[in-house]
Amino acid sequence: MNMHTSRRNFLKSTGALFIAIPFASELKAQGRIAAKTVDPAQVDAYLALNADGTATIYSGKVDLGTGLRAAFPQIAAEELGLPIDKIKLIEGDTLLTPDQGPTSGSNGIPKGGMQLRQAAATARQALIKLAAEKLGKPASELDAMNGEVRPKAGGAGISFASLVVDKGFELKLDAKAPVRDPKTHQIVGKHVPRPDIPAKATGRFVYMHDLEVPGMLHGRTIRPAMIGAELVSVDESSIASIPGAKVVRLKNFLGVVAPDEWDAVRAAKMLKAEWKGGGLPTDSTGLRDYVKAQKVSETEALDKAGDFATAYAAAPKKLSGEFYWPVQSHASMGPSCAIADVKDGEATIWCSSQGTHRYAKHFATMLDMPANKLRVHYLDGAGCYGMNGHEDAAADAAFMSKAVGKPVRVQWSREDEHALDPKGPAQVITQEAALSADGKIVAWHTTMRCPKPTANLPTIPLLAPVEADAKQAKGIATGSLSSGGKPPYDVPNLLVEVHWLEDTPLRPSHLRAPGKIGNCLAVETFMDELALAAGKDPVEFRLAYMSDPRGREAVERVAKLFNWDKRVEPRRNGKGRGIGYTQYKGDETYVAIAMEVDVSADGRIRVTRVAATHDCGQIISPDGVRSQVEGCILQTIGRTLFEEVKFDRKHVTSRDWASYQILTFPDVPEMKIELIDRPNEPPRGAGEAATAPVAAALANAVFDATGIRLRTVPFTAARMKSAMAESGVKFG
Amino acid sequence: MASITLTVNGGARTIDVRDPDKPLLYAIRNDLGLKGAKYGCGLGQCGACTVLVDGEPVRSCAMPVSAFAGKKITTIEGLGSPEKPHKVQAAFIAEQAAQCGYCTNGMVMTGAALLEKNPKPTAAQVKDALAQNLCRCGTHERIVAAVVKAGGARG
Repeated sequence: MNMHTSRRNFLKSTGALFIAIPFASELKAQGRIAAKTVDPAQVDAYLALNADGTATIYSGKVDLGTGLRAAFPQIAAEELGLPIDKIKLIEGDTLLTPDQGPTSGSNGIPKGGMQLRQAAATARQALIKLAAEKLGKPASELDAMNGEVRPKAGGAGISFASLVVDKGFELKLDAKAPVRDPKTHQIVGKHVPRPDIPAKATGRFVYMHDLEVPGMLHGRTIRPAMIGAELVSVDESSIASIPGAKVVRLKNFLGVVAPDEWDAVRAAKMLKAEWKGGGLPTDSTGLRDYVKAQKVSETEALDKAGDFATAYAAAPKKLSGEFYWPVQSHASMGPSCAIADVKDGEATIWCSSQGTHRYAKHFATMLDMPANKLRVHYLDGAGCYGMNGHEDAAADAAFMSKAVGKPVRVQWSREDEHALDPKGPAQVITQEAALSADGKIVAWHTTMRCPKPTANLPTIPLLAPVEADAKQAKGIATGSLSSGGKPPYDVPNLLVEVHWLEDTPLRPSHLRAPGKIGNCLAVETFMDELALAAGKDPVEFRLAYMSDPRGREAVERVAKLFNWDKRVEPRRNGKGRGIGYTQYKGDETYVAIAMEVDVSADGRIRVTRVAATHDCGQIISPDGVRSQVEGCILQTIGRTLFEEVKFDRKHVTSRDWASYQILTFPDVPEMKIELIDRPNEPPRGAGEAATAPVAAALANAVFDATGIRLRTVPFTAARMKSAMAESGVKFG
Repeated sequence: MASITLTVNGGARTIDVRDPDKPLLYAIRNDLGLKGAKYGCGLGQCGACTVLVDGEPVRSCAMPVSAFAGKKITTIEGLGSPEKPHKVQAAFIAEQAAQCGYCTNGMVMTGAALLEKNPKPTAAQVKDALAQNLCRCGTHERIVAAVVKAGGARG
């Protein structure tokens, strides 16, 4: 049947994605959320038992495509004693969920999950106590299981719903409430399919990009060709031909809105504006020298043992090297998108932010409204791997919505995303170490040069408030770039220092495992250089300096899994193997990675085989951990081989997937991964750890294949080829 | 204003088009409310917007809607549903072959088109067919496994 369809009728007829989420004040007036606490110290902030026998859990940590949406219900179901299909999850809603801090630094499970576990354990104790009174039995003889409190010895129980529903627990989280013995776990540690995948595989999942709110307009921002330029004039008549299109200008912030999305895209392209000034202090080609010449604002000694200087001076064999990690982008598949509805002194913002709570405060500040008048809802975006442009798009939408008095949806273009997302900054890392006459490491010195994050800066400054000259905290955020410079080995004379720089040319932010991949590259490549100088096989040499049994096990098992062939001298025939090891952030997850590469005569490096061992303590969701480890390895192979943000003195020039290449299917190696589960150890993060040793293992494998040490990322074919020509390396 | 009739998922839909250069993707998502195909780059580089046109995978972000009058368009919603998934979709679910899942549309549609031509592809053939589809999360291995599995399940 052919029918002429108006969009709204079509949406109605297909039951499609038209979602209305009312303002907080409307909900409160309806009495629906009046009682919901979000105080992280309260059990009721995290969970509520419902009359239908289900439980709702509230999480300030959100699922970024990482599987927390499966893992959080596993933790709560296990601890409460409820089937997992009875658990509903609400994520990242500032009106309903506790502020557990942003979902970053691989802390979703170790911090967020453990708060939830403690809340559920406290709730279970309370349920048992209430049931003990009703059943007339001592609490010690009861347990919670399958939604009831029952005598452990058997007999009739009493349902959770009949114990607590209406007023909640009204209890503080009890840090001492006993958690279940891992030996008794039925759900934690088992495979639970992710609830979002059926909808994602069939196109039904509502991403941020798919949400519509009634009456919304589409907005696009226009940003200058010279970064930081000032807006001189705008010719509004240049978009007069586009129906309903309007210009929004707030000082240097320039946007357009239109009822139709494609019209908004066209209007943004057609709008004529004049800018002046702006630009960058260097281009990407000169960045390494720029960083090395930047004034050091402070030198901080992060780790010290013995006396490096004296031991180094006295040692007979010395090595040194300099490493460079370039600026990289989050390069999310979907450009950032958000919707804001700002009117009558209230605001609702829908955003894929990793930190809905802290950005709610940020948005309120920039809009000059009280924080309690603004609500942020989390919806899945494209994976972000650290803070990308999600919050910028939200700020863009908020300013435009406030100006036009209607909800505005902003979706960045591909060019916007590549050019404007805050970037992982460049790092220069130097290494010096010395061996004794009998080939023992006697001294090691790591020096890192990187921008210093501004102390106590809660959020990353956004573009729109700068342009609109609105209020926001100033500074830079980078994540802990200086973590991972300490070798994970027993070294008698050690000095790990960071030279802090005041700034960096492009706006920085957290990019997956900030700093740690480059630092591990420097440390672990250097460990291989020391092994060669000492005449030892790289695996054997590492084990000689490792005393932590968990670290040793990771390395020993990866060597076995990979079928490591012991060798001192590089093979130099175009095929090689290398190893990298880390304990993430010095005290978290252990990862060892072995890698095999094939280097062709034209300089192209292909990773053919990877083996990894990963010990993150107690595993909640094995398939979730595995999928994170796979993602860490593959994404980082791409970052190491291909990725560098290029810019000239005006702006970023890598603005699409041709000029910023990432890993593609033909480059995917064979992978073997062993997860080491330690149910009695606290769970550590899995979102980043396995990224750290990837570049190092790759560089070490390239050395084995060619006898060439690559110390500058990315390891492009052109770079490899010129290194081969310089050292006269040829194969075949 | 001109109107264009598109055949989408077996039904004819007529939409008003002010600008004939409007990419097909915007018509599918905004005029027809089918949001499974995603905007990834607008340049035909990443594959997130893929739909099938007369059975062939096409980048809907980079082709004008006016080019599709009279052609048979299948979107991911027309391929299957959570209740009744297409075999490629079922295999993606079984293999848990998504992290953020933003690229999944392109992977599923390109995988389904491959199976029409090559019912039992090897992993190498799947990698080759997906060489122009980008995934940033690093879900590649599972995606390949899912398409291979969907082929094997055909029997």
